[in-house]
Amino acid sequence: MQLKAEHLDFRYGEKTPWILKDVSLQTESGERVGIVGPSGYGKSTLSKLLAGYVRPSAGRVLLDGEPLPEKGYCPVQMIYQHPELAVNPRWKLGKIVKEAGDPDPALLERMGIEPQWLSRWPSELSGGELQRFCIARVLNPRIRFLICDEITTMLDVITQAQIWELLLEASEKQKLGIVVITHNMALAERVCTRIVELPAINHAETKENRQTDITKSRSFITKRNVSATEGEGCADRAV
Amino acid sequence: MGRKKLIFLGALVAVLLAAAAFAEYLTPYDPYAQDLANALQPPCAAHPLGTDRYGRDMLSRVIMGGQTTIYSSLLLVVLITVAGSAVGIVCGYFGGKLDAVLMRISDVFLAFPGMVFAIAVASVMQGGVMNAVAALACISWPRYARIARSQVLTVKSMPYIHAARLSGSGTAKILCRHVAPNIAGPVIVTAVLDIGTMMMEIAGLSFLGLGAAPPTAEWGSMMSNGRSMLQTSPWVILAPGAAIFLTVMIFNLFGDTVRDALDPRQRKRRMEDGPVA
Repeated sequence: MQLKAEHLDFRYGEKTPWILKDVSLQTESGERVGIVGPSGYGKSTLSKLLAGYVRPSAGRVLLDGEPLPEKGYCPVQMIYQHPELAVNPRWKLGKIVKEAGDPDPALLERMGIEPQWLSRWPSELSGGELQRFCIARVLNPRIRFLICDEITTMLDVITQAQIWELLLEASEKQKLGIVVITHNMALAERVCTRIVELPAINHAETKENRQTDITKSRSFITKRNVSATEGEGCADRAV
Repeated sequence: MGRKKLIFLGALVAVLLAAAAFAEYLTPYDPYAQDLANALQPPCAAHPLGTDRYGRDMLSRVIMGGQTTIYSSLLLVVLITVAGSAVGIVCGYFGGKLDAVLMRISDVFLAFPGMVFAIAVASVMQGGVMNAVAALACISWPRYARIARSQVLTVKSMPYIHAARLSGSGTAKILCRHVAPNIAGPVIVTAVLDIGTMMMEIAGLSFLGLGAAPPTAEWGSMMSNGRSMLQTSPWVILAPGAAIFLTVMIFNLFGDTVRDALDPRQRKRRMEDGPVA
């Protein structure tokens, strides 16, 4: 299967600045793409677009050439960077983890989820504990692509290692495609098969482009070409 | 401290509700039996609250009237809470034209002075407690729709709603199981605080002759019947008046404590204020 983002543009309102402009990305089953870039470059927004949490202002997200399903189970799932916002505070965890189908008990055990946590409310667990539920909740046999937005930032190193080991295993076994969004270059290099850098938006340039109606393709640049672009991007932001 | 207060007021509310529910068994006399020989008796051993101009026992009528007033205002509050929040949830979640139309309709209802509009509606529909309830429901639901809608706007963009959608939950399930429980707090608090107000309004409509029709025992209409005898036999108006006063006060105090109990921020603020005061 293939998850493809075509020329995505995104901004929150009509007059607000563009957060993403003409971003394209393509990833295959079993591939693990790392998306790195400084804060504020739209990495989290891109992950929300890829999973269909928000709709792009322009451009399309396609799964095997088709738009993401509006109803029913979506094979593209996302794990959010704030687990406390990703669980319904009025549901007990046993119910939360079952929402997309009964999870494998062995998986829960390997995630380090203690059975007594299932009868607790989300406010009674820590962020790291909740994140394990969020991960266990999406890892079911129907998932094809997983978008991970800074998912292990709040966990201790040992748990981080355990969780990534599990995700890598799922990636190999189920041919699960993973998009890893992170600040942590070391993590990206360790788990990803490909790393791309999200470039900064040059606001002056996009404005000019819109006036002249020329849309310059701003697809991802592979890591080898990164350093020059990054420096330029930072300079733009500073101004 | 807060907890004890909640239990105490909750118990008082329970006593009122029980008294109103079992009014038929608690009345010492038949509240509708006339006894003209004993008309307008001042309070005495046989009639603790006296009798009215037809010789009907005031205590029995006050107890019976509680059933009408308390249960019709509860029915009214439940009605407007459910209907108003349903409209608000639908508007907030779907947005678009439906939202615009329903919210403009609610604006129209909010543009009228409430009681005046209720009087107009009630007089068109003629007397009867249920018609008074319907008239008040007409003017009171938009407030709940607004509260629910504003809460839904915050809740619907939460990641757990997206996660539910992506995991295959349908819209109905998301609205009922995810959205509704998360907006319930503020709506319930408003509803509990409104019980007292609604009781006053029902009694008010009955006082004007637009609610309970005679001979039905209802506090507002009992006061209305007794108002000409305020100087000669004040107990006829004081008994239902005191009943309204006490009941509304108990429900309002209960509403305040429920709000404090459900709103952790308020509780924290009180705790911070405590040592200073």
